[in-house]
Amino acid sequence: MYRYDSYDQAIVDARVEEFRDQTQRRLTGALTEDQFKPLRLMNGLYLQLHAYMLRVAIPYGTLSGKQMRKLGEIAGKYDKGYGHFTTRQNLQYNWIKLADAPDILAELAMVEMHAIQTSGNCIRNISSDQYAGVSADEVADPRPWAELLRQWSSFHPEFTYLPRKFKIAVIASDDDRAAMRLHDIGLKLVERDGVVGAEVYAGGGMGRTPMVAPLIRDFVAEDEIISYLEACLRVYNRYGRRDNKYKARIKILVHEIGVEEYKRQVEEEFAHMRALGLNPPVEELARIRDFFAAPAYESGLSEEIDRSDRAFALWVDRQVAAHKAPGYAIVNISLKPIDGIPGDASAEQMALVADLAETYSFDELRVTHAQNLVLPHVRKADLRAVWQKLVAAGLAEANLDLITDIIACPGLDYCALANARSIPLAQKIASRFAAAERQAEIGELKLKISGCINACGHHHAGHIGILGVDRRGVENFQLLLGGSGAEDASLGQITGPGFSEDGVVDAIEKVTDIYLAERESGERFLDTYRRIGMKPFKEAIYG
Amino acid sequence: MKILTGNDLASGDVIWWAGDGWSRQVSDATDVGTHGDELARAEEAALRVVGAYVIDATRDEDGVRPAHIKDRIRAFGPTVRPDLVEQPTEADIGKWVI
Ligand code: HEM
Ligand code: SF4
Repeated sequence: MYRYDSYDQAIVDARVEEFRDQTQRRLTGALTEDQFKPLRLMNGLYLQLHAYMLRVAIPYGTLSGKQMRKLGEIAGKYDKGYGHFTTRQNLQYNWIKLADAPDILAELAMVEMHAIQTSGNCIRNISSDQYAGVSADEVADPRPWAELLRQWSSFHPEFTYLPRKFKIAVIASDDDRAAMRLHDIGLKLVERDGVVGAEVYAGGGMGRTPMVAPLIRDFVAEDEIISYLEACLRVYNRYGRRDNKYKARIKILVHEIGVEEYKRQVEEEFAHMRALGLNPPVEELARIRDFFAAPAYESGLSEEIDRSDRAFALWVDRQVAAHKAPGYAIVNISLKPIDGIPGDASAEQMALVADLAETYSFDELRVTHAQNLVLPHVRKADLRAVWQKLVAAGLAEANLDLITDIIACPGLDYCALANARSIPLAQKIASRFAAAERQAEIGELKLKISGCINACGHHHAGHIGILGVDRRGVENFQLLLGGSGAEDASLGQITGPGFSEDGVVDAIEKVTDIYLAERESGERFLDTYRRIGMKPFKEAIYG
Repeated sequence: MKILTGNDLASGDVIWWAGDGWSRQVSDATDVGTHGDELARAEEAALRVVGAYVIDATRDEDGVRPAHIKDRIRAFGPTVRPDLVEQPTEADIGKWVI
């Protein structure tokens, strides 16, 4: 894992002290809320429905045991004993006191973490594949690239006041586990003639105008990626719409001027950038890469998994993925218990997962955009011990990518922008489909819920998506079908008029019934939908 | 009636104007009539509240009920964590929110 050097640490520590002073001045009245708000937002501190909310960055979703333990400690000491893992691989605390915020940031800095650039019109936390470095099919580990981008984008003076927020994802496999094409910029590492470089996608996003990013360059070499991205951002920074918040994302610029024109302008700027020689030195790239060297895997390990316990075997089949090293496995930890809150983890659960990482996974953890956790390197021989501990902590749900593995934003239970509550709906759907056999029968089905058009819950990218709307003061839910955030990215289509909370659960049941009746062998829900189209589903729902 | 709400500056807690100061219980909220905005600015300047705003509400035998669901959730707390509600009231409080 990457470790801060003295520059990283000094910058983060200085930021904490600066914020301590700003907070003090706010509490004594030297700063008004209008003056203070932009300062707190630069440190990830929002004012939400019930209290201040702090968003902590988890760079490319990678954490050490120590970091996770600290997140749990903060939840216990300063919050109400839990935190919420988000679709951007961040963690949000819902009950923060302003007076405590500087101390929390100081505690985070002790474990090389912060909340910088988790809000505002800047480049946000870089997201990545939770299987980075351990999946057999990747071209290279995407995390050194993500770390390079983190260093480049942190406090980048030119990109601190972009027209709007800017989100970047980096992946390196054909399987897209990071919703790469729904980011402002997505990078996919590819190999060409033995050299690793990146395909660059630009202008994706969700929100009120969802778009799947088009490819704008099929290869940028590693040592030029910074210059190329600098060019992409420059064109956006110059021409992105600052006059209208709803048209300010890069997707609107790319859409309005056209992909070809945007590409042309980027290439022109890139040619100019190249001449300036701004690329990071090759030694720095090598230094970063060294941090992500594979851990010391043991050789000659057993591939055997004792499947005599049925519950354990079911969990293995669902939650465990293939690892590139013999004798090892990737363990997905579900944060979606049937009656729980998607993405929430208690302080105790965070502490337990930290222990598991240290004992069984080379001190490493991952956070996924689907609001789950991953132990990336577990010996197959240890799976049973890990499972038993997860069972005891209520973390052994076996539902990865099934209908109850629901992504849900905080919605109206926590979010000041919401129209409707997402979490109670997620719970109702999960309990309707709770039976393990039923979930297994339905198979892969990605269900995603947002409480408003901002789409934090990725509803456009759900095989089934749900959007909360406000119908004259009453919660109402629109249903979407056919979205995907994976390598086959697509945007869901609205079925028709919206539903009440119970109505939408019934509608989903009708939708899954049609799928089960119509599917051909090997088809996932999404495949059947794509083959037969919206009509049969619509007829079943509105009949 | 019109009531005034906001968040306590230092703790962030949801608070309601109770006539002579702020309360954490919506049931203490009093009608601010046409003085809400003026009161909000004065209380903000006195560092007792942040983000104060006036809302519509009604009063009946169950207490004060904000007109909009968002403010009822602020008054009650997250509907999915009844264990966190400061003053756990009747079991069917969820109905009060909706
Ligand atoms: C509760 C505090 C939150 C606030 C105030 C908030 C606000 C917003 C807003 C205003 C947008 C739309 C931006 C735009 O289209 O220009 C947005 C988008 C988004 N948010 Fe949030 N959000 C919150 C929580 C979350 C959480 C908890 C998650 C993860 C579960 C999240 C993940 C995202 C994602 C993935 C997008 C879509 C990005 C895109 O448009 O490309 N946000 N958020
Ligand atoms: S989608 Fe809307 S309701 Fe949900 S977290 Fe984002 S802003 Fe809040």
